[in-house]
Amino acid sequence: MKDGYDVIVVGAGPAGSTAARYAAAGGASVLMLEKDRDVGYPVRCGEAVSHDGLVQFIEPDKKFIGSTVTRFRLVAPNGTEVIPRLDGAGYVLERRIFDYEVAKLAAEEGAEVVTKAYAYDLVKDAEGNAVGVRALIKDRKVDIRSRVVVGADGVESRVGKWAGIDTTCHIRDMESCAQMTLSGIEVEEDVLDFYFGDAVAPGGYLWIFPKGKNTANVGLGISVECAKKKSAIRYLQEFIERRFPGAAVLTHIAGGVPCAKTCDTIVKNRVLLVGDAAHQVNPTSGGGIISGMIGGMIAGQVAAEAVRSNDLRRLGEYQKRWQKRLGWRHEVFYNIKEGISSFSDETLNGIAASALKLPEAKRTLGGIFRTALWNQPSMLLDVAKVFVS
Amino acid sequence: MNEVTTERKTPLMIHIVPGKCDFCGCCVGVCPEDAIELMESKISIIDERCTNCRKCVWACPWEVIEFHREGVADLPRDIPMYLNT
Repeated sequence: MKDGYDVIVVGAGPAGSTAARYAAAGGASVLMLEKDRDVGYPVRCGEAVSHDGLVQFIEPDKKFIGSTVTRFRLVAPNGTEVIPRLDGAGYVLERRIFDYEVAKLAAEEGAEVVTKAYAYDLVKDAEGNAVGVRALIKDRKVDIRSRVVVGADGVESRVGKWAGIDTTCHIRDMESCAQMTLSGIEVEEDVLDFYFGDAVAPGGYLWIFPKGKNTANVGLGISVECAKKKSAIRYLQEFIERRFPGAAVLTHIAGGVPCAKTCDTIVKNRVLLVGDAAHQVNPTSGGGIISGMIGGMIAGQVAAEAVRSNDLRRLGEYQKRWQKRLGWRHEVFYNIKEGISSFSDETLNGIAASALKLPEAKRTLGGIFRTALWNQPSMLLDVAKVFVS
Repeated sequence: MNEVTTERKTPLMIHIVPGKCDFCGCCVGVCPEDAIELMESKISIIDERCTNCRKCVWACPWEVIEFHREGVADLPRDIPMYLNT
């Protein structure tokens, strides 16, 4: 490790590794710090991604794929099941391998990676610009100089706060999550299950994502606003006792997902925020792997351009490009989430019943969505924006 | 950002039960005061910053964080890293 780098990336998840990869590919010297001893572990994720999203960054490889999925099943509060027709396929990843592979792509471009390296503050100049990172590396405190800092430090991000960016997630938008990987259970290997309703997961949903023949990630997220009364783990335990009694528990994790719009500011004082740290999560689905990687790619490219041209004012480009690529979409998805979360169980049951009446060819997510719109016409304008683009 | 500047007026009432935490960071994400420090397997409330708002208590998926109206001074806890050594 050197005393200084063009770019220091804090956090080696998919967003951080992708930022490191593109910054290094653009000619910057890059150091990536990971607070845990392993890249990719512990996993805090349901692990589902779309094929189209994934191939933008890495070839699907069986070593990091648990299951290939071709169908969704949406389960209404009263148990009505709707299986929309899907055009594309998706995967349930093995994140502990996947994150490793994405970090290797950064290393191939020349990025240095250090694990068990905890960033605890920024080094700042007189104007308040970040000119380095203060880190505890294997119990030794070190200051490492940089020209640009990328905060990819996840839902628990503090890098942005140190740069003067408010990254606090409102409790209404934070999903409090719990998940167990269960084995010895019966699941359909190619189906992603989503359960909705106040009894199962208020202000969120429960998922069963298969990982091979008799194993699945079973987890849920509930809005922290709803968690005041009853915690995520209690909802999950109740569901598992009912549905999969006696199953083997291979992993048991907690987590948080910021289902908000992107933070108002994601560039400030030579700090760029990416991934969960910037709230770059699709607020409707809670999916954040691909959108975080897209944020990381743009941040890495912009950081490299700014360093190469010796003009750090160009860092502001990152916010503009993100907004143009996905930020505006996430604003629309946020409004859709608000609409959906206002639906009562009866309304959701009604939508499921109407969806089943749709001819099979029209039973797509979009078709179900149009059915839902009859219940919430104010969403129409938002949806129009997504489809018109 | 890491300098501790304020003196607290009410006692700290938030307690993270040692040994129960999964270190997931959900609490840190909702903390408006940057008052929680999370490392690989160590978590601590930064006493001087915490306002006892309880958002972390509600956010915790595993019910690891407790609210004690009488204060938590006598309960065992991790020490923030930057005050350590």
